Amino acid sequence: MHQLTLAEIARGLADKKFSSEELTKVLLARITQLDPQLNSFISLTEELALEQAKAADARRANGESGALLGAPIAHKDLFCTQGIRTSCGSKMLDNFKAPYDATVVSKLAAAGTVTLGKTNMDEFAMGSANESSWYGAVKNPWNLEHVPGGSSGGSAAAVAARLLPAATATDTGGSIRQPAAFTNLTGLKPTYGRVSRWGMIAYASSLDQGGPLARTAEDCAILLQGMAGFDPNDSTSIDEPVPDYAAGLNGSLQGLRIGVPKEYFGAGLDPRIAELIQNSIKELQKLGAVIKEISLPNMQHAIPAYYVIAPAEASSNLSRFDGVRFGHRCADPKNLEDLYKRSRGEGFGPEVQRRIMVGAYALSAGYYDAYYLKAQKIRRLVKNDFMAAFNEVDIILGPTTPNPAWKLGAKNSDPVAAYLEDVYTITANLAGLPGLSMPAGFVDGLPVGVQLLAPYFQEGRLLNVAHQYQLNTDWHTRTPTGF
Amino acid sequence: MQWEVVIGLEIHTQLTTRSKIFSGSSTTFGSEPNTQASLIDLGMPGVLPVLNQEAVRMAVMFGLAIDAEIGQHNVFARKNYFYPDLPKGYQISQMELPIVGKGHLDIALEDGTVKRVGITRAHLEEDAGKSLHEEFSGATGIDLNRAGTPLLEIVSEPDMRSAKEAVAYVKAIHALVRYLGICDGNMAEGSLRCDCNVSIRPKGQVEFGTRCEIKNVNSFRFIEKAINSEIQRQIDLIEDGGKVIQQTRLYDPNKDETRPMRSKEEANDYRYFPDPDLLPVVIEDSFLNDVRATLPELPPQKRERFQSAFGLSAYDANVLATSREQADYFEKVAAIGGDAKQAANWVMVELGSLLNKQNLDIEDSPVSAEQLGGMLQRIKDNTISGKIAKVVFEAMANGEGSADEIIEKRGLKQVTDTGAISAVLDEMLAANAEQVEQYRAADEAKRGKMFGFFVGQAMKASKGKANPQQVNELLKSKLEG
Repeated sequence: MHQLTLAEIARGLADKKFSSEELTKVLLARITQLDPQLNSFISLTEELALEQAKAADARRANGESGALLGAPIAHKDLFCTQGIRTSCGSKMLDNFKAPYDATVVSKLAAAGTVTLGKTNMDEFAMGSANESSWYGAVKNPWNLEHVPGGSSGGSAAAVAARLLPAATATDTGGSIRQPAAFTNLTGLKPTYGRVSRWGMIAYASSLDQGGPLARTAEDCAILLQGMAGFDPNDSTSIDEPVPDYAAGLNGSLQGLRIGVPKEYFGAGLDPRIAELIQNSIKELQKLGAVIKEISLPNMQHAIPAYYVIAPAEASSNLSRFDGVRFGHRCADPKNLEDLYKRSRGEGFGPEVQRRIMVGAYALSAGYYDAYYLKAQKIRRLVKNDFMAAFNEVDIILGPTTPNPAWKLGAKNSDPVAAYLEDVYTITANLAGLPGLSMPAGFVDGLPVGVQLLAPYFQEGRLLNVAHQYQLNTDWHTRTPTGF
Repeated sequence: MQWEVVIGLEIHTQLTTRSKIFSGSSTTFGSEPNTQASLIDLGMPGVLPVLNQEAVRMAVMFGLAIDAEIGQHNVFARKNYFYPDLPKGYQISQMELPIVGKGHLDIALEDGTVKRVGITRAHLEEDAGKSLHEEFSGATGIDLNRAGTPLLEIVSEPDMRSAKEAVAYVKAIHALVRYLGICDGNMAEGSLRCDCNVSIRPKGQVEFGTRCEIKNVNSFRFIEKAINSEIQRQIDLIEDGGKVIQQTRLYDPNKDETRPMRSKEEANDYRYFPDPDLLPVVIEDSFLNDVRATLPELPPQKRERFQSAFGLSAYDANVLATSREQADYFEKVAAIGGDAKQAANWVMVELGSLLNKQNLDIEDSPVSAEQLGGMLQRIKDNTISGKIAKVVFEAMANGEGSADEIIEKRGLKQVTDTGAISAVLDEMLAANAEQVEQYRAADEAKRGKMFGFFVGQAMKASKGKANPQQVNELLKSKLEG
């Protein structure tokens, strides 16, 4: 039963092969049994899950239907869940029970999903290995000595290990796509503004975007359908109709123009990954796609620009964690300054503190123009590169990551080395474009992802291409040993 | 040394929107602490701001009223600093690209001249909460009801040259925002607060002196006193060989002195950057035109019209145009009473002192404009004299009804029958035969004085009801004859 995808679960529930309650119990037992190896959950919400499962079964009995009605999922622990701890992977919020639901959470609950728990993540979504979590590192189910990627490492590891079929995640610089690549999943970062950020604890507001992590493109379509849409509570949410993603999965790829940026295949890319990407290109050519080499000349500037903008926004976004109204407060503060310094010093881990410092520095008087403004200019150039490219092609394709998942602790002493691993993913965040990662094979037993990028609001095109690819390949069906 | 004073003001006006600038919470003053603080006002993790369009409309109204450029492309920025009453650790404000650009306001000075004060900019921002130090021993309470209340911060050019000019400017802004209905102007509740930048320079010098900012002064009287005491402090300091240091100061009304604020803000670096949670606000021409169409007649235009249409003095016109309510009241009285100058006098003098005595606003006046206008009609048509009118006015103030009712009930109608007046005069003159003799023997100069005595006696004899003009004429002929 744990091997079922969201699409299969929907059919099983509709055909009364099992109830949501039965499925929920199976998965909760599986999580209890297997998750200690992975550490993919911060909180389990068993009571809520059983209550929601029963309610979903009752709704089905009353004649309701829906692809998500009774579907078990989990939320990355930065989506606020009313009355349930929402920790952001941080000691700072270990005691924080959100007083409200994020829009994503309430929309999915209304669609009938069953929340099994809250998944582990890099602290405040800052990291690409899920090692900065205050709740400990998450292990990659494909090799427990390796990282699952981050920051949505908990969601990715749990779905990859078949603890549940799908989970919500967020992507600020690759935090959905990179863990998807590292754990053999399909993950979609939607267009900026497609999914509401209300109740999604901010890392970098202009880059953050929620999206689905699942095993198949079809499941991503189902989950995204429940997450996407305009939200008047989020001023950056865009009032654009949400298409029927599942209905668009079966379009033909005949004549699809795929752009392959030459900059993606330079030094730094593991040649074995390059080969797997070429294989996926051949697969898509067989389906009728036309390949075209393109150029994204400003890609090389994207990492420094990203690591100015994201920390700058973070330094301000995280100011509200001051020990005054919620979250960690130091013991016996002597005065206001002591309260601030110790509450924040004790509550935030080293990577979060590092990024706050970098961001505050970049915004300081005298440095603002040289760092923040320059980074914003690069951001525009990166966006312009994509706009020009999308005049010629329908999809851009390349590797999701330059290397497969590294060993736990391997990059702890060198944060910049870890930052460089984001080279292929962060441009989509800077430009606000939708991007998807899907399984493309294995290197040394570790999964490799291929990334697809599309113009604004063309999530449907990404899902269509990925689904057609998955109908003709079986990488996505591989299950890690022991799970 | 002759010193010249240079003053520029930053005025924070709370806009009278029903809800806050970025949340749906109410902005009502004086509620129980933290009962008007939503998740957004508390700065909860994950919450996002949504701009209240009404605040934008009000800011645009102000901009149009001061003839300013309105920013077409508006950006909100974060001003980052830590303080317990600032829940997010940043204030959403505007740095570059404020909504209201350069404009100006003409203010009437006491001597009747008009001075043009430049306004550098006005921008929208959110108010902070309040720290309550008194009720919590050894701790500080935080009330976030005020957090997120929309503010329009109005920054003037350093155009004022005395404390009196500064006060005149604040009064003009106060009048303007109330005219526009965008701020209630209640300074005691902090709806309008003022930061005063003060410097001095030797007369004739072009460069400005070093300025000090007096924070948060909240009454007209204190603004004048605070500025004057700061001017004196700076003069004393420089004349004693010292130097003014640029700093933020607070005014202590009890000691009538300014003193430096705690130096918590040394080397301010607010790390301003555009707020990524809010999109730029684009103001379309059609919106500007819609707002322009709703602008009421403003004090300067009203002042001018009162002078040209009613022949009022610049001073009177200015006083009457101070508030929209007072101007409306005056115009109504003038229209009903048929004599604008009389109306101006009655509104400013008798009604003014009545309201002052009872500490009432003109909206709550016990004498309505209809009543006062009705009374002026009776003066005009000689039903009552100006003197009797004061009695009628007092009775109206006591709620005895309309002028006509009071005149009728109390029998105050003026006597205009020449025969009747003549009879009263004859009787009075007979009773004062000795004075009549003296009068007739006196020279021109003395007669003038004595004539008043007879008028007084005549009015007394008629219980004030005889038409004074007729009394004058008849008396003159009788005494001369």
